[in-house]
Amino acid sequence: MRQTSLAEGIYDLWIRTDLAAEARCGQFVAVYPKDKSTLLPRPISICETDRQEGALRLVYRVAGKGTAEFSRLKAGDSVQILGVLGNGFPVEKAKPGMNAVLLGGGIGVPPILELAKSLSCRKQIVAGYRDGNCFLREDLQRAACADLPGTEAAKGSAFWIATEDGSVGTRGNVMGAVAQNDLRPDILYACGPLPMLRAVKRYAEEKGIPAYLSLEERMACGVGACLGCVCRTVAVDAHSHVHHARICTDGPVFEAREVDI
Amino acid sequence: MNTKVSIAGVEFKNPVMTASGTFGSGMEYGEFVDLNRLGAVVTKGVANVPWPGNPTPRIAEVYGGMLNAIGLQNPGIDVFIERDLPFLKQYDTRVIVNVCGKTMEEYLEVVERLADTDVDMLEINVSCPNVKEGAIAFGQKAEALFAITSRVKRAARQPVIMKLSPNVTDITEMARAAEAAGADAISLINTLTGMKIDVERRQFVLANRTGGLSGPAIRPVAVRMVWQCANAVAIPIIGMGGIATAEDALEFLMAGATAVAVGAMNFVNPYATIEVAEGIEAYLRRHGIEDIREIIGCVK
Repeated sequence: MRQTSLAEGIYDLWIRTDLAAEARCGQFVAVYPKDKSTLLPRPISICETDRQEGALRLVYRVAGKGTAEFSRLKAGDSVQILGVLGNGFPVEKAKPGMNAVLLGGGIGVPPILELAKSLSCRKQIVAGYRDGNCFLREDLQRAACADLPGTEAAKGSAFWIATEDGSVGTRGNVMGAVAQNDLRPDILYACGPLPMLRAVKRYAEEKGIPAYLSLEERMACGVGACLGCVCRTVAVDAHSHVHHARICTDGPVFEAREVDI
Repeated sequence: MNTKVSIAGVEFKNPVMTASGTFGSGMEYGEFVDLNRLGAVVTKGVANVPWPGNPTPRIAEVYGGMLNAIGLQNPGIDVFIERDLPFLKQYDTRVIVNVCGKTMEEYLEVVERLADTDVDMLEINVSCPNVKEGAIAFGQKAEALFAITSRVKRAARQPVIMKLSPNVTDITEMARAAEAAGADAISLINTLTGMKIDVERRQFVLANRTGGLSGPAIRPVAVRMVWQCANAVAIPIIGMGGIATAEDALEFLMAGATAVAVGAMNFVNPYATIEVAEGIEAYLRRHGIEDIREIIGCVK
């Protein structure tokens, strides 16, 4: 439908698809490049769902040939996708009265948007970036404040930014911003790079609160057959009968205590 | 029009199978593919006990193909017999179980466990390049291949297919060794050992460093090897390596394969097996060919 660039190498693509009707936050689609030298579909998380328009928003980073091809898609072009895949964030775990803290880091920020829109309890969002290119900042702010009274004070306590270079918000990572702003989560949801997810897991274990982490790995099939995208699990996985779960079909979201990352 | 082919007395409704490791145990693709339409489902490798496989990353994309280093992760023979086999037997398709092991005894244990089941054939995986011990050691020396083939043949109740590695100097030597030891059929090719380096990070992409190359990039090598083996042995051949379309499958059949398997392309197009089967039928109709067997090995 349309595509814009949000920051250097970060693209914002809206596609019209029937899959929008069933897509839930934290799920992903596999997008196929047209260039036959790049065979495998690219797993891209769902940033936002517009059920009325029947559209999905995919915000992704150009990481190689496949995503570079996607970045050239224009209104009217078509692209082949497989989906929706994965299980998404368990929004039902955030009970009314709880304070949910949503953490997104880098290209893990986009799925946090649809998650924020899907949670009805009180929520606080922290987005972490490398530098001042804080893509989706306004969208996240809006989603964080949607259910809040219109006071600036209330709005000021719903959304924070951390940047590695300190140009915006807290200098450092999302966990730094959680500490600096004295956020007190009852439940955590996170998507981002592995070091960040490890920090979230540690924090959740120290505080004794549940945390749901969205993981990523190089994938081939996306449907649980190739066993390429596994993560280590604490217990023996029910399907594989070893300490490996498939990120594509058993995840991509896991309870932090279940995975050994 | 006849699309049936027969291997070691087992009849297949059409020559299209799934390549081991690319189709799970069939369950994962049940949503996309009517398994009744396939000649056979060849399962992911099954060992005597659950295998955890290799660390990640296990997958790397390369030009026209992919590298994998899964390391034969599998839930083991008990789970296979209790969960996966009953699932597959609901369908009107043949079931070929890919058997893997690290030692002769491990292979034989799986073969013996399968003796009392109603699987149709066994495919012995002596060619996985991603497992350090055993496995490929049996597949790269003619004497070792002869030894394991004869032992498996003695233990097996079902016909035995030996899956050959292309990572050898002369694949016909291996084909002849398998035939001499009593193999009922051979399947080829398994993946070619490859490597990819991430130049930005100055690291191997795969945690295992090397992986098996599959996909259209390897197809010409596979077709050549099938043709060589077809000219070297009399036992039937199941051909595979980068098959994406009916035309690709026809190349293998014409080179001398009695059946074909779709592998990595299942990941690219979940409907690939069905499209290949339908495309072969369309080709036969278009050329007025009454029996698929007319084209098997027609290119001399």
